[in-house]
Amino acid sequence: MAMSVARFWRKIPQRYNLVGTTCTRCGQCFFPPRSFCPDCRRAGNIVDYRFSGKGTVVTHTVIRTASEQFEQMTPYVLAIVKLDEGPRITAQLVCAPDEVRIGMRVRPVFRKIAADGKSGVIYYGTKYAPAE
Amino acid sequence: MRDVAVIGTGCTTFGEKWNSSFRNLFVEAGILALEDAGVAGEQIDGLYVGNMSAGRFVEQEHIGALIADYAGLASHHIPATRVEAACASGGLSFRQAVIAVASGMEDIVVAAGVEKMTDVASGASVDALAGAADREWEGFVGATFPGLYAMIATDYMNRYPLTREQLAQVAVKNHYNGARNPIAQFRQEISIDTVIKSSLVADPLRLFDCSPITDGAAAVVLAPLERAREFTDTPIKVLASAQASDTITLHDRRDISTLDATVAAGRRAFAASGLSTTDIDLVEVHDCFTIAEICAIEDLGFCRKGEAGRMTWEGATALNGDIPVNTSGGLKACGHPVGATGIKQVFEVVQQLRGEAGKRQVEGAEIGMTHNVGGTGATVAVHILGV
Repeated sequence: MAMSVARFWRKIPQRYNLVGTTCTRCGQCFFPPRSFCPDCRRAGNIVDYRFSGKGTVVTHTVIRTASEQFEQMTPYVLAIVKLDEGPRITAQLVCAPDEVRIGMRVRPVFRKIAADGKSGVIYYGTKYAPAE
Repeated sequence: MRDVAVIGTGCTTFGEKWNSSFRNLFVEAGILALEDAGVAGEQIDGLYVGNMSAGRFVEQEHIGALIADYAGLASHHIPATRVEAACASGGLSFRQAVIAVASGMEDIVVAAGVEKMTDVASGASVDALAGAADREWEGFVGATFPGLYAMIATDYMNRYPLTREQLAQVAVKNHYNGARNPIAQFRQEISIDTVIKSSLVADPLRLFDCSPITDGAAAVVLAPLERAREFTDTPIKVLASAQASDTITLHDRRDISTLDATVAAGRRAFAASGLSTTDIDLVEVHDCFTIAEICAIEDLGFCRKGEAGRMTWEGATALNGDIPVNTSGGLKACGHPVGATGIKQVFEVVQQLRGEAGKRQVEGAEIGMTHNVGGTGATVAVHILGV
């Protein structure tokens, strides 16, 4: 489903540059960013934090039946990646389906994610590639 | 709080119902439930309807009033409320109705669920269902719903002894039950081969590991237990109603292969009823994918983590097993009209406890449980019902 330009634009720092947040009171890092620390709650102090993007594959799948926006990209590898700073994220991996392994080290790469048809907005973001 | 009883139930057949519209589905189930309860429309004090995404599936919002209207109740102006929690919408609708009756605010209350999913192309329905997860941080990057459960399966099979055949047995068992259920979408038995030779949807899950796209509606009528016998000789008591939430994304969970919301809701239901797993005669669990049934059996406490595959393979969850699971055929074989599923689970348990389940009757069933999951486990509703 198409999203408005503003909705995508608002998240560009996060999707392009992996800008999340951290709580300076407890040191936890959040990606995607949270504006409220679940542990320190109102006593917490949230500031921006740029992630290195390096991480490890926790679990994975190969998507063979996708929603309309991703139909032409199947099969593609999807994984949960644990970033070195702590949080886990869901992301596409830039590798062959038989290449992905639990525990595999990955690094971020800037890629096209999807597009709204032939004349609509092109969405860019971060995918992950094998780091070794 | 007052004790609450189910006094009537109704359910449409489940399937690709090309001849039925969203509103016709609901009216059909509602009339069946009211007839079963011997209740007239004007006696209804409140209506709750579980519906995930009529906005996406039929471009219709404002479901509560629409349904009350087409049920012929517009002139009675009854309170009608839509309840939404993705695939757990039905379970939460039931719980809202239980709370309304238990509190004394309302007496005769209808809890319903409805979903019309086949009026959009399958790609659009896959996209709508992905809204049950995090649109910005799961759906945006290409995560589908089967893909998220597939990542649970990958994690689970890496950590626990679950074979491909054991996982397939969940679907085989549920199709066996579905073949004996007149409302089921798929009324034929399948073999292990059917499952493991079907096409891959999201590795390791194959087509026959997945519940289908389904149209359907279900409704139940609730009353205070003290008034239940005015309407029926076989009231079914609501022994516990529990609900829990967790992180919206799968990746933020404490443990990818454990639905902590299931654990929490299950514990709350057992604590509220004073019962334990050994008291339960049958359970309807949320098997949107085969791996989900494996996790549910364990997370509700029917066995330890890692044992549900072997338990399923050995027949303990079959109709004649120690703890029959998904006697209706589950979401896999009975079908999964998302908003209706939680109510259909109650419909099935009530039929079993009344001894009206025909060829899939669990002999002597007196206490049954339902387990309804929204998303990948961000919402869970658990209910215990008894004669």
